[in-house]
Amino acid sequence: MSETSEFPIRVRGLKNVFGDHVVHEGLDLEVRKGEIIGVVGGSGTGKSVLMRSIIGLQVPAEGEIEVLGSKITDARDDEDIDIRSRWGVLFQGGALFSTLTVAENVEVPLREFYPEIKDELRHEIARYKVLLSGLPANATGKYPSELSGGMKKRAGLARALALDPELLFLDEPTAGLDPIGAAAFDQLILGLQQTLDLTVFLITHDLDTLYEICDRVAVLADRKVIACGTIPELLALDHPWIQEYFNGPRGRAAQSAKHRNDTRADAAGSSAPAPLDETAQEQQEG
Amino acid sequence: MRALTDFTIASDDPSSGTNGGATLAFSGPMTVASLGAIDARIRHISDPLSQIDMTGVTRIDTVGAWVAWHLAQRTGARIVNCKPEAERLIAAIRKADDNRESVRADRLPLFERVPAVIGDTVIGLANGGLQVLGFLGLYVQACWSLLRRPSTFRTKALIHQMELVGVNALGIIALMSFLVGIVIAQQGAVQLRQFGAEIYTVNLVGRLTLRELGILMTAIMVAGRSGSAFAAQLGTMKLTEEVDAMRTIGVSPMEALVIPRILATMIMMPLLGIYSSFLGIIGGAFLSSLTLGIPFFTFLARIQEVVPLHDVWVGLVKGPVFGLIVAVSGCYQGLQVRNNAEEVGTRTTAAVVMAIFMVIVLDAFFAVFFTEIGWG
Repeated sequence: MSETSEFPIRVRGLKNVFGDHVVHEGLDLEVRKGEIIGVVGGSGTGKSVLMRSIIGLQVPAEGEIEVLGSKITDARDDEDIDIRSRWGVLFQGGALFSTLTVAENVEVPLREFYPEIKDELRHEIARYKVLLSGLPANATGKYPSELSGGMKKRAGLARALALDPELLFLDEPTAGLDPIGAAAFDQLILGLQQTLDLTVFLITHDLDTLYEICDRVAVLADRKVIACGTIPELLALDHPWIQEYFNGPRGRAAQSAKHRNDTRADAAGSSAPAPLDETAQEQQEG
Repeated sequence: MRALTDFTIASDDPSSGTNGGATLAFSGPMTVASLGAIDARIRHISDPLSQIDMTGVTRIDTVGAWVAWHLAQRTGARIVNCKPEAERLIAAIRKADDNRESVRADRLPLFERVPAVIGDTVIGLANGGLQVLGFLGLYVQACWSLLRRPSTFRTKALIHQMELVGVNALGIIALMSFLVGIVIAQQGAVQLRQFGAEIYTVNLVGRLTLRELGILMTAIMVAGRSGSAFAAQLGTMKLTEEVDAMRTIGVSPMEALVIPRILATMIMMPLLGIYSSFLGIIGGAFLSSLTLGIPFFTFLARIQEVVPLHDVWVGLVKGPVFGLIVAVSGCYQGLQVRNNAEEVGTRTTAAVVMAIFMVIVLDAFFAVFFTEIGWG
């Protein structure tokens, strides 16, 4: 675990084809270490397919994908196990194992990769990860079917963080959450990213999430990443989809919300949010 | 070989200003990958500690922070010489420290668990029996309301289910019945030969397949093929909230899902039973012509003479009843699925077991009943 390249994720010339439907062609993307990159694009532009390709669930037709210094595209199953312990994935619905409790879900990767960890320590790890993900303590022994949608996502996040990964993949983390829950989840991700020094690959439709926590945004359209940069950089481009996306009614609302929040924060004299203070608040909220 | 965490304990040095107690110094990486082996040793430290020195720690993650923090809490030691990274993680861990919930609800001790399981099972059986009755009642009610509004009947769904339950089963039932017919004829002939009564093999095969085996084997096969499929389908639809979606749209799941399945099974079961009996007889005739010297068509002609017509009726009457049992247990168990994917499996098993068990119980009842009314 020594190689600390500047780009934990590199995608070059990616091509994905389903039947005769070409999803990606000549797609390039580089994710910098320690950033939160947001991936946006219209429905059906292959955001999830891109993520699945990067984490090795989808074998691309062409192209090269390098994650944490090793090539996913050439790796055999048993070889990339080492990389799998260095990333965490949160699927859209949480994808929790329904016959295990929340804490046991968190323990699954620990058991898998580090069987030498004894029960006592493993239970302790599961318990604090549950709290770190902003769940209340009494969710520890509950089954996924007893949790609300937002809590399922947090439980999924706890499982994704089980091994203290360097890379975190999130597929629409705030979809289906109420605005308050979504904002809290944004802050949770930001806090965890700062505390745990994560690189976050985030697929989202949520403009507020983009404005609040993303360092850079990659725009997927026409089968490739047409632009990648900070939001002001993207706004300077005159691609019609980007303009419509960020300057449409919802885009402008999110923009002004961000502006309001910033001015209020400046007035209060606090600039950057303190990492992980948010989790404490969310425990009360959850 | 990955690097592991290590630690050393230096005893109290009065000049260093640590009053009473040793200093524990961690070295190497303190991460989830490196702590597993050493955790037990750390837990067994009983010396009084005053300081935990983090100078030698090369890398740390939340698990390392947790172990250090936990040790500090237990021994009352101070954590010193943290790098900013370790400081930040320990601060985060400190906030997530008060979870005392158990990972899974504790299991009762054995002497309490066994009676509890037996009690639960008995109550479950009693409740289950009542609920099945209730389900039957709902089914009859739904059928009644369908009779008053026949235009809402789902003919297409019925035909589709008839195909799945009946037509698609023809091959496997034919093969099974043919083989069973051969076995009965062969075994029967071996026994009857001792009395020189081999010719009665015809009676044995004809009456046994038409009265009992044809319909019984078919019911078991349909329970395994279709009863389980009903339970798994409806169970999965329940999990994915399709059943709830139907209700909100105003479609009664009873009418759309349950009635076509039960009706299709009730219609197809007697047909499959008769079909199975015929194939069984053909199997018997086939074997007789090979080994007993009874020509194939003579065997079939004898069947007509020795098998009373009421044997056919016995088989036919049982058909719809067995069909009802198989389909009701499949649909009932499917709609009972809740919570998780494991339930689909247990409910499917329960559907098949319940169906086969009830079919055999009722078959015993029918055997006595038909003999009593003179159809022996």
